[in-house]
Amino acid sequence: MNFNLTEERQMLSDTLRRFLADKYDTDRRNKILESDQGYSTEIWSGLAELGVIGALFSEGDGGFGGGGFDIAVVFEELGRAGVVEPVLDTAVLAGGLIAATGSSAQKELIESVIGGETQLAFAHGEPQSRYDLDNVQTVADTQDGAIALTGRKAVVMNAEAADHFVVSASEAGGISLFLVPADTDGLSIQGYPLISGGRAAEVTLDGVKLPETARMTEAGKALPVIEAVMARATVAQMAETLGAMETAVRITQEYLGTRQQFGRPLATFQALQHRMAEMLTEMQQARSALINAAGHLEADRNERERHISAAKGLFGRIGRLIGEESIQMHGGIAMTQEYELAHIAKRIIMADHRFGDEDWHLERFLALSAA
Amino acid sequence: MDLSYSEEDLAFRDEVRSFLSEKLKPELAEKVRLGRGLTKEDMEYWHSALNSRGWLAQNWPKEFGGAEWNAVQRHIYEEEAARADAPRIVPFGLSMLAPVLQKFGSKEQNDYWLPRILSGEDWWCQGYSEPGAGSDLASLKTKAVREGDHYIVNGQKTWTTLGQHANMIFCLVRTDPSAKQQEGISFLLIDMDTPGVEVRPIILLDGTHEVNEVWFTDVKVPVENLVGEENKGWTYAKYLLTHERANIAGVGFSTAALSTVKRVAKAVNDNGKPLMQNPHFAARLAKVEMELMALSTFNMRMIAAAGAGGAPGLEASMLKIKGSEVRQELNDLTRRAIGPYAMPFASEALEGSNQPIPDPFDVGDATGEYFNNRKISIFGGSNEIQKNIIAKVTLGGRA
Repeated sequence: MNFNLTEERQMLSDTLRRFLADKYDTDRRNKILESDQGYSTEIWSGLAELGVIGALFSEGDGGFGGGGFDIAVVFEELGRAGVVEPVLDTAVLAGGLIAATGSSAQKELIESVIGGETQLAFAHGEPQSRYDLDNVQTVADTQDGAIALTGRKAVVMNAEAADHFVVSASEAGGISLFLVPADTDGLSIQGYPLISGGRAAEVTLDGVKLPETARMTEAGKALPVIEAVMARATVAQMAETLGAMETAVRITQEYLGTRQQFGRPLATFQALQHRMAEMLTEMQQARSALINAAGHLEADRNERERHISAAKGLFGRIGRLIGEESIQMHGGIAMTQEYELAHIAKRIIMADHRFGDEDWHLERFLALSAA
Repeated sequence: MDLSYSEEDLAFRDEVRSFLSEKLKPELAEKVRLGRGLTKEDMEYWHSALNSRGWLAQNWPKEFGGAEWNAVQRHIYEEEAARADAPRIVPFGLSMLAPVLQKFGSKEQNDYWLPRILSGEDWWCQGYSEPGAGSDLASLKTKAVREGDHYIVNGQKTWTTLGQHANMIFCLVRTDPSAKQQEGISFLLIDMDTPGVEVRPIILLDGTHEVNEVWFTDVKVPVENLVGEENKGWTYAKYLLTHERANIAGVGFSTAALSTVKRVAKAVNDNGKPLMQNPHFAARLAKVEMELMALSTFNMRMIAAAGAGGAPGLEASMLKIKGSEVRQELNDLTRRAIGPYAMPFASEALEGSNQPIPDPFDVGDATGEYFNNRKISIFGGSNEIQKNIIAKVTLGGRA
């Protein structure tokens, strides 16, 4: 048993942390949050140059990592700094799907993704699906060798910036995946900002015509690969949330140490001391759950998903505790938009709204455990 | 003990209902329901509609032009108003300053200021908290120095709710820097149009502008704007706080929120079934409903005791704690229920930007409300301070 990072991962972690400490302070982030684009092109290029995106792909796909702990290391640092750039959507989700199941022609995109020149989005969730992975009403209709996609995709992250979409659609009694260039006729986007930063869109597919070469999987057989890539994305997002929780707790610790009320620092009040102790304890549970999940990404399906649901369920509970308690222990100052914690707490709380929330994973964990 | 409404109560409820259906414009109710920011005109309209009916000053004695409602009537109004999505009554003049003036102010002050509160001529805001004086309010530093017929005020207030609309502010100021903390404070009424008063917006984490900083630089305030005696302001401030807590349990808001969560949970899909059938979600909802049923009666018991002359004491602190917990839990459940659609940023700051925010479950800014209502366990004496009060009185010693 060994819980230490390899030397390479430790170096990546240190380099990324220094880069973000230098480039991504609260002022800079607030400017990015208010921008129309919702992320910074300069930061994006910087991340690509550091090799952050390459670290999320295997050597076989042109990267130099791609394992569960590569993902965890990168995203913990992104989360620590409250980064809103769409690394998860471009590299882990859509990029991960192309790497996992794309044709060799489609995989040629990965090089430019790693280089920071291409943005991607995964259009899967729909207005009625909430967190269910297999609830796809968008249909793929094939006639005379041409495919037509019709349907609506909900809260598609990074849709406006994406050069290509990976789109799921029902076909042959199952789900298929297609790679769709953003400028394809019939694909329209209605974008909006998100409360915890970044942008998403409702994506409408109105008879989007595609050639057979757009197909990424055998017809109707995509669900297992979607689930496997979602597991990686869930690890990424939990790592990001863990980093954000560490920042929330650090800011709270510093504030309790300096803020004076009733003639002494808040940190001297036992009622607050115990709550801080509880947050630190729960954060160790979160870190451990994340290690469990990242360490089982290569396990067989049931074992992998049981660990994913166990961890994500815990993150739902612990994230809410840390997000709410760090605000409450500060008082009013943490309610203000410009204070660093406000953004960090929103990242932590809103993480429960992607890839299944606490209750959804509890239900799923029970089902997987009974299987 | 009788938990049912009397004939008179039921008749009163009908009156309230018909008033609401007649005067509450559907577009205003819709704004309230969806948590959209109300304009100053919206709030003034509702203030004036209630005043015309004689229902604005619900807890004022009749001698000052109030409705002098009993506990049950106030409860009925609160419940019906929340159910109909009526705007809340802006409380600063009506239920915060007015009781202080009525108890401690001069006849001249009451004759002058009270009618202006009713007519809406003055919009009051509250100058209590300061950057360094939050939970420890008595450590406030804004100072007022007497010079002839005036006080000269210097300092800074913060978290001033709706201060951007106000023309008057009631302030706690330090008039005797040498006295013990609580003993050197006075209660002063300040015209915000006086030179040296500056209001700066604070944007909250949900993107809304409802609170402000108010800065005072050599502001001249006539001595007749002192309420009661100099250096006795802390007594008045504490009296005001008991009134600030009158509606503290927020039962009406929580009742409305509960019905929203139920409606959404029946409509939302979760794992191929309505979310309401997810046993974990359903249990969360059932638990908070149980709390709310008890809280509603707890609240009524306290209003009844206060109406009968019993000063709201520790139980007001308990109501504040429990009321905020219930309401925040319901806000959490609404956000939780709508799943990925909780993520779009539906702030009022985005209104008019031609970016329609998807809202398939018709809940408005549920996530913004969740984040915004983190404040209710912080303001008016944080829940930690309320627990200190309860512990100090029950256990003694240092709180």
